[in-house]
Amino acid sequence: MELFKIKKDIPFMRHALVLNAISFITFALAVFFLFSRGLHLSVEFTGGTLMEVSYSQPADLQKVRGTVATLGYGEVFVQNFGSARDVMIRLPTQKGVNSAQQSEKVLSALKANDPDVTLRRAEFVGPQVGDELVEDGLMALAFVVGGIMLYLAIRFEWKFAVSAIIANLHDVVIILGFFAFFQWEFSLAVLAAVLAVLGYSVNESVVIFDRIRENFRRYRKMNTVEIIDNAITSTISRTIITHGSTQIMVLSMLLFGGETLYYFALALTIGICFGIYSSVFVGAAVAMWLGISREDMVKPIKKDNDPSDENSGAVV
Amino acid sequence: MNRYPVWKYVVIVIALLLGAVYTLPNFFGEAPAVQVSSGKATIKVDTSTLQKVEDALNANSINTRGLVLDGGSVRVRLESTDEQLKAKDAIQKALIPDASDPQFVVALNLVSRSPGWLTALYASPMYLGLDLRGGVHFMLQVDMQAALNQRVEALTGELRSVMREKDIRHGGISRNGQNIEIRVRDAQQQEAAKRLITDQFPDLQTREVTDGAELRLGVNIKPESARKVQEQALKQNITTLHNRINELGVAEPVIQQQGLDRIVVQLPGVQDTAKAKDILGRTATLEVRMVDESTEARAAEQPGGMVPFGTERYLERDGRALIVKKQVVLTGDNLTDAQPGFDSQTQEPVVNLTLDGKGARIFKDVTRDNVGKRMAIILFEKGKGEVVTAPVIRAEIGGGRVQISGRMTTVEANDTALLLRAGSLAAPMEIIEERTIGPSLGAENIAKGFNSVTWGFLVIGAFMVIYYAMFGLFSGIALGVNLLLLVAILSTLQATLTLPGMAAMALALGMAIDSNVLINERVREELRNGASPQAAIHAGYDRAWATIFDSNITTLIAGVALLAFGSGPVRGFAVVHTIGILTSMFSAVFFSRGLVNLWYGGQKKLKSVSIGTVWRPEAGTAVKAD
Repeated sequence: MELFKIKKDIPFMRHALVLNAISFITFALAVFFLFSRGLHLSVEFTGGTLMEVSYSQPADLQKVRGTVATLGYGEVFVQNFGSARDVMIRLPTQKGVNSAQQSEKVLSALKANDPDVTLRRAEFVGPQVGDELVEDGLMALAFVVGGIMLYLAIRFEWKFAVSAIIANLHDVVIILGFFAFFQWEFSLAVLAAVLAVLGYSVNESVVIFDRIRENFRRYRKMNTVEIIDNAITSTISRTIITHGSTQIMVLSMLLFGGETLYYFALALTIGICFGIYSSVFVGAAVAMWLGISREDMVKPIKKDNDPSDENSGAVV
Repeated sequence: MNRYPVWKYVVIVIALLLGAVYTLPNFFGEAPAVQVSSGKATIKVDTSTLQKVEDALNANSINTRGLVLDGGSVRVRLESTDEQLKAKDAIQKALIPDASDPQFVVALNLVSRSPGWLTALYASPMYLGLDLRGGVHFMLQVDMQAALNQRVEALTGELRSVMREKDIRHGGISRNGQNIEIRVRDAQQQEAAKRLITDQFPDLQTREVTDGAELRLGVNIKPESARKVQEQALKQNITTLHNRINELGVAEPVIQQQGLDRIVVQLPGVQDTAKAKDILGRTATLEVRMVDESTEARAAEQPGGMVPFGTERYLERDGRALIVKKQVVLTGDNLTDAQPGFDSQTQEPVVNLTLDGKGARIFKDVTRDNVGKRMAIILFEKGKGEVVTAPVIRAEIGGGRVQISGRMTTVEANDTALLLRAGSLAAPMEIIEERTIGPSLGAENIAKGFNSVTWGFLVIGAFMVIYYAMFGLFSGIALGVNLLLLVAILSTLQATLTLPGMAAMALALGMAIDSNVLINERVREELRNGASPQAAIHAGYDRAWATIFDSNITTLIAGVALLAFGSGPVRGFAVVHTIGILTSMFSAVFFSRGLVNLWYGGQKKLKSVSIGTVWRPEAGTAVKAD
């Protein structure tokens, strides 16, 4: 079977300007939503109490909300979780009250209304933990960005390092933008997914950059745009198949992984879709705008076309 | 061209065998069991305990599936949960004659059903996180300021008595937070006090303070000593938590230090969070202080009375007030054991305490100087103190064996002993994070994680076979090997598998196929450009390697960052993610090439390879190399 019967190089870069304008707008929108709406952070970050209770019959959310509200919490968050019988309750941290007993208090109040209710999960996180998590998350992000840039700058060229990071941060910010816009819950698992996307999406850029470098060395007559178009065209089948298979896995998580993995898988899905787009149109285009040229690639002139030279990069 | 030397196949076969052996225990599931472990530091679980357990089971004719003595505990494997409960009762009756003073902890547990030869090879199933098996998780924050204050208070007391011994006069010693201030009359005294501290108190440092005409000596604890105090406080709290959790009878508790001032406690299988919290949350510290029996103090015992300087007011258990000196004689650190008993002469209930060497010395000095006076044992819980008992000192007590008696019932003596024995905390703690996961949710999570891995794997495998034919099959097998090795390594490392970890497993498989796609596409491209099959295979593997290496390294960087900075679920994800990248490099490149070489490598005149359609554009339109 062969899905990709491409005769000529696809002129990806011809549309780069328009598409980059679109991605800039998407990016700006994502940033705008991040600032205007903010992320709906999970209890792990904000501190507070999270409870998951399960009823034997479909739960009456209004009644649950009422019961919890009578306990005197400011902002209570009650919603269905997975099925109609499972309810998730979020309570803010309460000063002065022994937070460890919060969940028991709520549960006994709910039990008074309906003795059938059972506690499936309760989490309590103190506010200091949340602050630390935000700090650690940002540290991890900085470490990933720095590490990848350094590696790419050493193995390739600083222009590639810069464009790869722009392309991948673009993905990350857009994922965050989605979470801000739809107010999906941003939990630690989602953070893990976002950081995994960063590593994953770089793969994509690396494969294309590898081929661009290769092409610069092989096709001396082509100009930069042609070289980039050829590099993307000849790797597009691999790009689609790889992302497709990863997406199959993620889809399987989305379908079978249950509520707990839902947002994790969703973040990965967005990351994968934008990962393809960004390495083709953002990464390669930024590298083009930065003015990569043959001179950048053939700097260490030892053996120009030696396939056993590990610095010559791979052919895909 | 495409042949592996024998040693490479040997490596592959060994890897597969090891992978299979260490993955195997995961398939046997778990059997109900009863675990017997020591309830006291002085009691060791050994072969005689094993014998006793066996006798108890035989006497009640309970069939077991095996008894093992493993480290500090005996585990009895049983057929069913009914048998498990019966066995627990029987063992409990035989080993613990006096329920108020349990020598052993008998707990319900689950053990792997895997056969003995696997266990002998140290092959055990993956360790499941709480989100997969159910239980409670706590994170506790230790109040280090309080630990330091306590230490400084004790040092202040020592300083006072040493200065009295050496006859160095001073105008008063007071503690202000972690600073001690000694008022002195002249420079000579200041010098003498300073020398004394340098000689006898290696933990303290001094600085001279002149406040107007008044001379003072500022004393505070050295930073390195402060660090040591904090480390010890944390260590003692962990030990105390161990003792307390033992009382709960939890099978495999996890009690770990996290960072400089935190402790993580995980109690798998525990559902009664209220009781767990109650026992953990008894953030008790124990102190022995002298009762102030001056007339002012007596007056202050009455409601509304002024508490004299240097004393504090605490309530006794029956609600009466007691004025106690601020100076701490002993803390719970110096207590090694507490047992209820009866006085041999009066036959009244008593509590027998055993002190460590330092405690015994201090106690001897204090009791000698204070015969006829009262001494209070105060238990601090959540910052509030309560006098457990305040006996009168009848005589000097040496040797570190102390008897507390007076106005106690047998039950009270038992309770006091238990509280004292459970150990006190070196510093108060607070629960800052708590998670409870019901067992049904855990089982559901396992099923969901397992389903997503299985379905994803099957669909990808099917696609690869359809798209790349024989090479797709090789890729699929390589993917399976990847999963096998991943599970084997996780089982061997006994890394905790969580739900995000299962997600990472699925993601690792999705990403691992990338390497094979790169290789297969490259082989096709070589064929398209007219290379011979053998050359195409060779070039495909060789040239894809650099790309695979680069892309995996960048992913690895992300994985390592997550491991370094992540906590909880993020770390669970990162462990599997990182190991998955490493195993995929082995399976997708090294192993799959081994398969290909085995299949095609021997054929000298290979005419075609089965790698699906190799589509060739019309001559002239294909990109040509110059």
